[in-house]
Amino acid sequence: MLWLSWRQFRAQALVGAAVLAVAAVALGLAGASLAHLYAVAGVPGCQAAGGCARALRLFSASTDGAASVHVLELAATAMSVVPGLVGVFWGAPLVARELETGTHRLAWTQSVTRARWLAVKLVLVGLAGVVLTGLLSLMVTAWSSPLNQLNLDRFAYGPFGEQGIVPAGYAAFGFVLGVTAGLLIRRTLPAMAATLLVFTAIRMGFTYGARRLLMAPLRVTGPLNLQNLGLAISNHHKLTLYASGGHRGAWIYSVQVLTPAGRPYVSGPAPRSCTGGDFRTCLQAISQLHLRQIVTFQPASRFWAFQWYETGLFILAAVALAAACVWWIRRRMN
Amino acid sequence: MTAVLQAAGLGKRYRRQWALADCTLEVPGGYVTGLVGPNGAGKTTLLHLAVGLLEPTAGTITVLGGAAAAGPAQLARVGFVAQDTPVYVHLSVAEHLRLGARLNPGWDAALASARIDQLGLDPAKRAGKLSGGQRAQLALTLALAKRPELLILDEPVASLDPLARREFLQHLMEATAEHGLSVVLSSHVVADLERVCDYLVVLTGAHVQVTGETEDLLAQHHLVTGPRRDPAALPGDWQVITASHTDRQSTLVIRTAGPVLDPAWTVSPLSLEDLVLAYLSQAASPARDRALLRLGA
Repeated sequence: MLWLSWRQFRAQALVGAAVLAVAAVALGLAGASLAHLYAVAGVPGCQAAGGCARALRLFSASTDGAASVHVLELAATAMSVVPGLVGVFWGAPLVARELETGTHRLAWTQSVTRARWLAVKLVLVGLAGVVLTGLLSLMVTAWSSPLNQLNLDRFAYGPFGEQGIVPAGYAAFGFVLGVTAGLLIRRTLPAMAATLLVFTAIRMGFTYGARRLLMAPLRVTGPLNLQNLGLAISNHHKLTLYASGGHRGAWIYSVQVLTPAGRPYVSGPAPRSCTGGDFRTCLQAISQLHLRQIVTFQPASRFWAFQWYETGLFILAAVALAAACVWWIRRRMN
Repeated sequence: MTAVLQAAGLGKRYRRQWALADCTLEVPGGYVTGLVGPNGAGKTTLLHLAVGLLEPTAGTITVLGGAAAAGPAQLARVGFVAQDTPVYVHLSVAEHLRLGARLNPGWDAALASARIDQLGLDPAKRAGKLSGGQRAQLALTLALAKRPELLILDEPVASLDPLARREFLQHLMEATAEHGLSVVLSSHVVADLERVCDYLVVLTGAHVQVTGETEDLLAQHHLVTGPRRDPAALPGDWQVITASHTDRQSTLVIRTAGPVLDPAWTVSPLSLEDLVLAYLSQAASPARDRALLRLGA
């Protein structure tokens, strides 16, 4: 059974290997180039040299418009698509094509039960999909890691799913989802379309809805953080504040500004210096208001915990769905 | 010899349509059994139930004494050639044999390669490039080299030209004789079966009409013509399959175990095709007439 599964998968596996090889060369070159810029700017060991701000500024300037950065960013964007492609092109046709061409009648009447037939295919092609996606993501993550020093927002909806281990989890789920669609719809093209649709919907739903529920956020109360503070002053000299919270690389759910008495601060009269024009004196005046803030957030240190949780959930869903497929093909497929 | 197929009250329903209903039959071992009926009569459904591609909605079916496709051991005992003989178009002939070897513990590699040689098939050729006849022969080779006890074929020659048809059936007969196989094959063309079948099952409109050894059936069925009679006045042991009457004359197809003694009747033998057609036109409905037309075509 393994031989037949491999033989049928061979062409697709070669495409996958080719993609991997091209990506390894392109990303390897880009990664080396980026690492060079990183070293030249003096970011490694900058702490000991007495400050990183200058080194990071240098690094930031040197990456501006660099080809290596373009390649790595493009690859990161592609990573958000790869798991879906695995589902659409490897998962959906796996069973649907057999049902469509009638070859399942040949396969299922050899001396191998169809449950085993499906299980072997699921494991072989599914693992290949997970390994391919995992390796691609590993390369993107490792070689673009210097950029993380500049772009601290790794929790952002896009970047979170483009690096680390989650793409492998998405690929496992996308693949089994494709197989399920093929099993139920029994036709290749509609199954591919359905896979794309449902997978995208679930990914979006998880990213924008469910992910924030994976761990209870921290709530930290303290003096108002004046870094990256946004403010607006109306014609009637009313001051409105947009606080950023000020936790490095954190996923900020909300920032609530409070008056010294502990009541929510919506807006108030603007200090005189804020209408004058000098931003620094304005900030000083605002700090004299002794405002406080409550930040609800996931700290940057939880990035990998989130990655593991989300990967685990998607893999769990994939395994459950695969078990359902085997049950279906054994009991309900007629 | 025990029954190769045994069905009791077997039925299969798709949504609200019964593709096969209340089918009770027993096909004994050691025969080449022809399953005859018009398109849509339920032949494919019955065969798919027998190889476990379908699950019955009602009743039971046992194959060689075991539940259909109950496990690898049961699967190994039954060879199947599906309608339109599906093969993997991207796999070569040799790879199909390898597939057979990998998926069947009882695989007879010598038999498989001898047959491919005999057929003159190029092992390196992709199955998608084979002619219909060659593809059918490849599918038959796979089923035979599995060394099953029972070989089931669903309309194996329907899409073949007359020459390929004859060749396929000839190969099938040789293999059957050589390996002592029981065979069940379906067709909507009676002429195909006449040459090869020694047991017959006639299926129409989802129901089994008649089963029996071909020889017995031919011996028991007669075409009789005589002066017009009241149907009630016919001998009690006559089972009238079809009857047509003119003003003065009655023409009947009857089944009876004994000889026809009344000299008023002219008795002529029935060919297998006439016999089958008689059952198919029995209780002729418009749908059956259409089926009959196709059958005659």
